[in-house]
Amino acid sequence: MAESLTPEESGERDQRLVDAPLVSPAPPAGLREVFRRRYLLRLLVRREVSARYQGSVLGMMWSYINPMSQLFIYWVVMGMIIGRGTENFGIHVFCGLIVVHFFIETFGAGTRSIMRNKALVRKMAMPREMFPVASMLVSLYHMGPQLLILIVCCLFMGWTPTVVGMLGFLLAVLTMGTLGTALALTFAAANVFFRDVGSVVSILTNFIRFGVPMIYPFTLVQERFGAAAAYYLYNPIADAVLLMQQAFWVGTTDDPTAVQAHHIPDHLFAYSFLGLGISFVALAIGQFVFSKLENKIPERLT
Amino acid sequence: MSHPASTSIVVDGVSKYFTMRYQRTLKQMTVAAVKGREISDTFKALDDVSFTVEQGESIGLMGLNGSGKSTLLKLVNGVMRPDGGSVLTRGRIAGLIATGAGFHPQLTGRENVYLNAAILGMSEAETRRKFDEIVEFADIGRFLETPVGNYSSGMFARLGFSVAVHVDSDIFLADEVLAVGDRPFKKKCQQRMQEVRAEGRTLFYVSHAAGSVRKMCDRVIVLEKGRVGYDGDVAEGIKYLKYDPDDDSTPEVDEDDDLGADI
Ligand SMILES: Nc1ncnc2c1ncn2[C@@H]1O[C@H](COP(=O)(O)OP(=O)(O)OP(=O)(O)O)[C@@H](O)[C@H]1O
Ligand SMILES: [Mg+2]
Repeated sequence: MAESLTPEESGERDQRLVDAPLVSPAPPAGLREVFRRRYLLRLLVRREVSARYQGSVLGMMWSYINPMSQLFIYWVVMGMIIGRGTENFGIHVFCGLIVVHFFIETFGAGTRSIMRNKALVRKMAMPREMFPVASMLVSLYHMGPQLLILIVCCLFMGWTPTVVGMLGFLLAVLTMGTLGTALALTFAAANVFFRDVGSVVSILTNFIRFGVPMIYPFTLVQERFGAAAAYYLYNPIADAVLLMQQAFWVGTTDDPTAVQAHHIPDHLFAYSFLGLGISFVALAIGQFVFSKLENKIPERLT
Repeated sequence: MSHPASTSIVVDGVSKYFTMRYQRTLKQMTVAAVKGREISDTFKALDDVSFTVEQGESIGLMGLNGSGKSTLLKLVNGVMRPDGGSVLTRGRIAGLIATGAGFHPQLTGRENVYLNAAILGMSEAETRRKFDEIVEFADIGRFLETPVGNYSSGMFARLGFSVAVHVDSDIFLADEVLAVGDRPFKKKCQQRMQEVRAEGRTLFYVSHAAGSVRKMCDRVIVLEKGRVGYDGDVAEGIKYLKYDPDDDSTPEVDEDDDLGADI
């Protein structure tokens, strides 16, 4: 086959000196790497925010309708029908609902995140921790407007923020974000191997809703279990709910000092910092499990 | 082991195993176990593959379907890690694997361009600078603003190729990029890949078309059931594969062959 070669085809080419080390092409993984690639993370978060309710007419509204409907149910059923004598019961529930919802969304969406982004995971080299972390940030973003509603309601009821309350609030969000990411990492990886994991998560989240003093006051737990109620406080999610109530609900009642003394357990901050510690340990374990399973993730995605 | 600064890719004794799962549910697995049938089986998609590529070399990777070409590229671009041996690369890698880019079907073309470029390591400013060029090359018109899930496979490939080729990479992987493009686009792609080659980037080109490999590459590696069957000169390699269409083809087919159509 006689070919007339153009200069390019004849193999004349530039010498390209690549000033980089010879390394493994697999990108460095791990949570630290995720935060180093902030631009990519931002893009993923932005796309999640717009994609979570893509194709629905109400769109973003669903992130308010969903918690508001839960608030409504709990308020009506627990507050009016069963009729517990908790002051400002609606606020009491809503405080808890906001952090619990944040946690559950992080956990649930994070667990599904790898599967949902499988087109990318299968073909692009990137730290895959990106996806659960992005889910957490999206949930955080969705928490904003709910908080706004809560704050407006509270202000309307004569609430003024306190320094301790706000520190507690930040601690609650930090703990829930950490613990949520920890679980999301573990379950997202596991979900690739066994789709059953997704169903397990929805059962777990049901337990979470009832395992925290949200639709019932903490005093009830103390009454029933006495000294054993301390064990209840080893649950970081329960602590986060109580921190939220301390930050918002307490200030809306007629006599905040009495309510604080009666409803908020002593040493709540001690328990909460323990909870934060537990969450960071969980995050380390989650990262470990994820890196163990990550290797096989791309080939198991079908 | 040390390599000179001009080494671009080192693949050293690489193996990759895949698990074939026959039964998936607990019930099926129990039944299979009782009957003594196999539940799963591992097989070697790549078996002790070794070669070294110099910067600027242009490699044609050939082999029958299922011989492990795409798997090898996935190891080279870092999506998968080898189960045995090691893969080392120098510099930034871009390219297409198994015809398509890693695009998210729900995102629009525009969003995918930005996302894809970011994953490949481009900054926002860099992407913005190259965006028009990318779009112009892909030439998919107003479909840029619609979700890529609705693209025709050709359009999907065009946009993917366009992003990959505009990334300033040191290694370019092209896995059957020309398989679905139409004729004008194939021509444009080949031209662009010749430019890539002329810039001194390492090119990894997977194709079943002998003609385009002959034009594009200066070395051929043939995979046979996950092993390196041949590594060396292009003409010899094509002969080795018995892909050379010289003896039994019409001129029309021959011309198509040049553009990378399947034979
Ligand atoms: N994730 C996976 N799980 C199990 N088996 C896999 C997986 N990916 C690839 N394989 C198997 O590995 C073998 C090699 O596949 P590969 O895609 O690398 O072939 P190829 O050489 O690219 O073929 P083609 O020419 O058809 O593109 C095939 O037998 C395929 O079935
Ligand atoms: Mg292939």
